[in-house]
Amino acid sequence: MRFLLDAEQRAFTASLDAMLTAARTPAVIRSWSAGDHGAGRALWSRLADAGVFALAVPEADGGLGPRPVELVVAFVELGRHAVPGPLVETVTAATLLSTGDRARELLPALASGRTTATVAPPAPTDAPTITPDDDTGTGTDTAPAGHAPAPDLYTPALEGNSSTPGANSSTPDANSPTPEAPEANSPTPEGTLPVPEGTPLALDGDAASLRLVVDAEGLRLAPGHGPVRVSLDPARRLTPLSPGGELLTERPPVEEAFALARLATAAQALGVGLALLDRTVAHVRRRTQFGVPIGSFQAVKHRLADAKIALEFARPLLLGAALTRDPVDIAAAKVSACEAAYGTAKAALQLHGAIGYTAEYDLSLWLTKAIALRSAWGTPRECRAVVVRGR
Amino acid sequence: MDLTPSPGDESFRAEARAWLAAHVPRTPLPSLETAAGFAAHRAWEAELAADRWSVVSWPAEVGGRDCGLGRWLVFEEEYWAAGAPGRVGQNGVSLLAPTLFDHGTPEQRSRVLPPMARGEVVWAQAWSEPEAGSDLASLRSRAVRVAGGWLLGGQKTWSSRAAFADRAFGLFRSDPDAPRAHQGLTYLMFDLRAPGVTVRPIGRLDGKPAFAELFLDDVFVPDEDVIGAPGEGWRIAMSAAGNERGLTLRSPGRYLAAADRLAALWRRQGCPAYAHDRVADALIGARAYHLFTQEAASRFLAGAELGAESSMNKVFWSEYDLALHETALELLNEEGELAEGAWAEGYVFALAGPVYAGTNEIQRDIVAERLLGLPKGRR
Repeated sequence: MRFLLDAEQRAFTASLDAMLTAARTPAVIRSWSAGDHGAGRALWSRLADAGVFALAVPEADGGLGPRPVELVVAFVELGRHAVPGPLVETVTAATLLSTGDRARELLPALASGRTTATVAPPAPTDAPTITPDDDTGTGTDTAPAGHAPAPDLYTPALEGNSSTPGANSSTPDANSPTPEAPEANSPTPEGTLPVPEGTPLALDGDAASLRLVVDAEGLRLAPGHGPVRVSLDPARRLTPLSPGGELLTERPPVEEAFALARLATAAQALGVGLALLDRTVAHVRRRTQFGVPIGSFQAVKHRLADAKIALEFARPLLLGAALTRDPVDIAAAKVSACEAAYGTAKAALQLHGAIGYTAEYDLSLWLTKAIALRSAWGTPRECRAVVVRGR
Repeated sequence: MDLTPSPGDESFRAEARAWLAAHVPRTPLPSLETAAGFAAHRAWEAELAADRWSVVSWPAEVGGRDCGLGRWLVFEEEYWAAGAPGRVGQNGVSLLAPTLFDHGTPEQRSRVLPPMARGEVVWAQAWSEPEAGSDLASLRSRAVRVAGGWLLGGQKTWSSRAAFADRAFGLFRSDPDAPRAHQGLTYLMFDLRAPGVTVRPIGRLDGKPAFAELFLDDVFVPDEDVIGAPGEGWRIAMSAAGNERGLTLRSPGRYLAAADRLAALWRRQGCPAYAHDRVADALIGARAYHLFTQEAASRFLAGAELGAESSMNKVFWSEYDLALHETALELLNEEGELAEGAWAEGYVFALAGPVYAGTNEIQRDIVAERLLGLPKGRR
């Protein structure tokens, strides 16, 4: 038993960190959020050159994987630098495409970074017993006034379609009205295809070159996507994917792929939390009030100590889950990493004061991601239910 | 990186499990904070020691199995999963013994450790004083040099287990003129039944005498009971304090077992929805603590010193323990008020966690200053 990263894994971390620091990700994130994918694509190929996507692609198909521990290590760095794009979805796609000849043909291009992929998360099936008194926060009061749903972009549910209402990562309650994106941020309806109402949302359907849909028949190549929906994290552009399309394989390894997605999301969240902590520590050392750095105040120290403790206890859960690949361990890692990152985000916002609340200050790029990742690929509630149900 | 146990670990686990299955008392022992319970727990320590299970990580010549940190963790998992009794010798085993391994003489080790392993001599800690809680460096009780030894004077308080224990260890000011508060302290062991020692038990919140005040009036301690060099007590004690907060005071096995018991209690009570997330978090927290400890043990076995991370560990387990017990009491409904049973006993114990072994405020300061590099300020 040697539960420590080895020298090669530590070197991989350091090289990704150096590369992403040099890439100055904040500018890349801001242009990605505006729908300009050029800088993001350039960064994508450098990540592919570093081997990030090959880690999820089987060796027989031109990859280096599957190597979940290295993937976790890589995704912590991607989160630390808030790299935008369907990163989790691309490594998830790599697993989904690992069976069936037609599917496997697409893998070398994923490993090399020539293609990006997206895929929608599954419908939640882990809903715990909910009593009326604890089912709060349905979000029904958050629909922006004046933006009614645009029914003309939707068709009635298609016959035989397996999508489930409410099975996406941005609408917390299937019965609540779905807030529509402000028009200024929506792409033109041209280029989008009709999708049934309630179709799960996939990240960056407008940017990804492979859009994958899992339905009752198997894994399909979606012919298009619906309108872009704005996430609480502007860099996460969510789209429903059109049904139908070419059937790539009848038996994709869905459980394995979605478990990997959850694990990679957890790793990304941990990285986001670590970055928020680093930036906030630097801020409170610099910022003075009453003639001394605010970092010398015990109230400030203790918030950051708590953030540090939460993040440090989430890290071994992630690595342990990468080793066992047990869905219960992965769910535990997701709750722990996302809640640690979110707690750190709240501390970071508080300790930065008003500047932390502005979109123009770079801290916001991590703050908003910490919020959004909590519900991506399994809400805290779904993940806790998996843990309680056990093995 | 791996979590795979070696074949040797697995056979060790099987051996421990079989022994515990055959020996763990069928009915829980009375609380070790009572005279009868203390005696029963001593007898349990002796039974463990008879088959060399009381201190598995110690060298064989002082009663252990030479089995190292990794197997100690395995043993602890089996121990707590088997529902075995709390350990009455813990102060000595987890605080004094590591200090003696690092700083004691061979004579001290061979004289002190075997009876400790057998539960014949149970040790109390005597760190705190009325005016010195977390600020240990300000302590005032003194050790005055005399022929062949030292005379102890002053008062200690919050001395865990001292109401029923045999001996104690602590720091005394041996050089009142030392330039700094941390200097001029000496680490000594003394007999709680020696002439000049008065032990006044103090009831904790539930009234049980879980700790005591010690009044010391010219208590003679021979030179052989000084640990390390006189005046070096602070440095020597700090290595033990790291131990207390860190790896060995609260084994992950204890919380893995406790979280499973909590989940079982929740199911028995009909899976009330209000506690769903807290039960999940207890299960997650136990696994997090387990893996955090595995990682720390791996680092330690690879030659690293365990430093300020023991402060993260202490904050985590103390708050975890309390949250776990709070949830259990709530699940017990009206019975949660009753002071009987393992959950109530554990709850009262858990309440003290954030206070002792260096308050959590002090631990958070250590995390912030030493791990995050924040500037020192007024406490």
